[in-house]
Amino acid sequence: MTREQIRKTEGFVALMLSTCAALLGLFWLVFILGDVLLHGIKSLTPGLFINDPTPPGVDGGGLRNAFVGQLVITICATLIGVPVGVLGGTFLAEYARGRKIARLISILADIMVSVPSIVIGTFIYAILVRPIGHFNGWAGAVALSIIMIPVVLRTTEDMLSLVPWTLREAAFALGAPYYKVITQVVYRGAATGILTGILLSIARVAGETAPLLFTSFNNSFFSLNMKEPVASLTVTIFQYAMGPYDNWHEQAWAASFVITIFILMLTIAGRLIIKWRYK
Amino acid sequence: MLDQIELRVKGLNFYYSGGVHALKNINIPIHSNQVTALIGPSGCGKTTLLRCFNRMHDLYPGNRYEGEIYFVKDNILSSSTDLIALRSRIGMVFQKPTPFPMSIFDNIAYGLKLKGIKRRAELSERVEKALKHAALWDEVKDKLSASAYDLSGGQQQRLVIARALAVDPEVLLFDEPTSALDPISTAKIEELTEVLKKDVTIIIVTHNMQQAARISDWTGFLMLGELIEFDRTEKIFTAPSEKLTEDYVTGRFG
Repeated sequence: MTREQIRKTEGFVALMLSTCAALLGLFWLVFILGDVLLHGIKSLTPGLFINDPTPPGVDGGGLRNAFVGQLVITICATLIGVPVGVLGGTFLAEYARGRKIARLISILADIMVSVPSIVIGTFIYAILVRPIGHFNGWAGAVALSIIMIPVVLRTTEDMLSLVPWTLREAAFALGAPYYKVITQVVYRGAATGILTGILLSIARVAGETAPLLFTSFNNSFFSLNMKEPVASLTVTIFQYAMGPYDNWHEQAWAASFVITIFILMLTIAGRLIIKWRYK
Repeated sequence: MLDQIELRVKGLNFYYSGGVHALKNINIPIHSNQVTALIGPSGCGKTTLLRCFNRMHDLYPGNRYEGEIYFVKDNILSSSTDLIALRSRIGMVFQKPTPFPMSIFDNIAYGLKLKGIKRRAELSERVEKALKHAALWDEVKDKLSASAYDLSGGQQQRLVIARALAVDPEVLLFDEPTSALDPISTAKIEELTEVLKKDVTIIIVTHNMQQAARISDWTGFLMLGELIEFDRTEKIFTAPSEKLTEDYVTGRFG
């Protein structure tokens, strides 16, 4: 073979290998999503959203308690996690810019992002469940917010750092105090980026099971009392999928479908915002 | 017209936080309603000097001033100076246009709102006045609510000038305001300085000597942190007293 033929063969082999790898990844993705879609749509009924669960083994019923519970826990987690994350990111990018402490917190936040969520679940169990004596919704919300904080914090920091420094100087030169420079000029410049980070962090926690299993646990009844165990979709899916009843399995599929679509929509919204921003 | 001194720099030394002695014993008078140009090779301290006038260096910890700058009769380098008030009396325009991420109207109104002006009618009136003053009104009057980023670079720079003018400053600091602009936009800004000096005192840093010769009344030549020569612009460019100045303005170095 000539050198040129060898090069062409090598190129062909590399192309084939990478194509196969991509197809393999894609295959499982389509398989999982398709499976959830097929099974989920079959069991998707209006009753799923408006009825509470029936006693085990009795047909019918729905997961209203879990949908509402999931929503309440996620909203509470967002209300705790977003302000802390955004203000923390602001501290790092603005007030502590260039200082060692900022670098250190950034690195710790990066580590926090990859801490297994079950570790956070057990940690919250130790500080917010054991002392109180029973599972409760607030513990679940706090556990999810702890997962959100480093994501929101780092995105905020990065997005604020992208705002040109001259923009801040221009605002200072008009006689603006620093907090007004940040809230009125810098936040505007970074708004879409920060919003995207928040949406993606909500998407991240919406699918978490482990931290809720140890904290808010589950509740077969409709309850908005955050001091008591609160039902959530993910924990319900976990329980129902392991359970012995067929209608539990169907409802678990339907719930998986709904939560997948929810996360997909959040992610798409995040992407669209990025695209719209850099159009 | 009576020749008045707006700002008087007396024995100014400036040290950056790393200890670099960036300005050495600067003495310079800035004449009211005239254009003063600061020229010199890169790193000579001309921008550093400009940023002393609105205490921009205070944004970064560790920077240190010595000496005095009298603004009419107050020393603005004194620690009791109200920086917010100072910066609304001495405006600044930067090298690259710095429109805020908001509408054209809100950009101009920003400084006014900082001053506590809230009435819509007054804001509209002063925004219009500032835009006319900066020769931008005709180009933007129909799209005041459009994003400032939709404007061209030259228009953005005039927008920033209008924003600075809106709060009725007494002095405007220009830090190489045309170095990022095309020749036509540059010409517009140069014409503007001629009009503006009726109302404000202008200090401009430029690395373009033709520009300094065209638009300024007074010129200060700096090198390595020292003021080599300060005089009427025509004198600096035709018959400078210092050999260094002559070498620089004739393009022998720099």
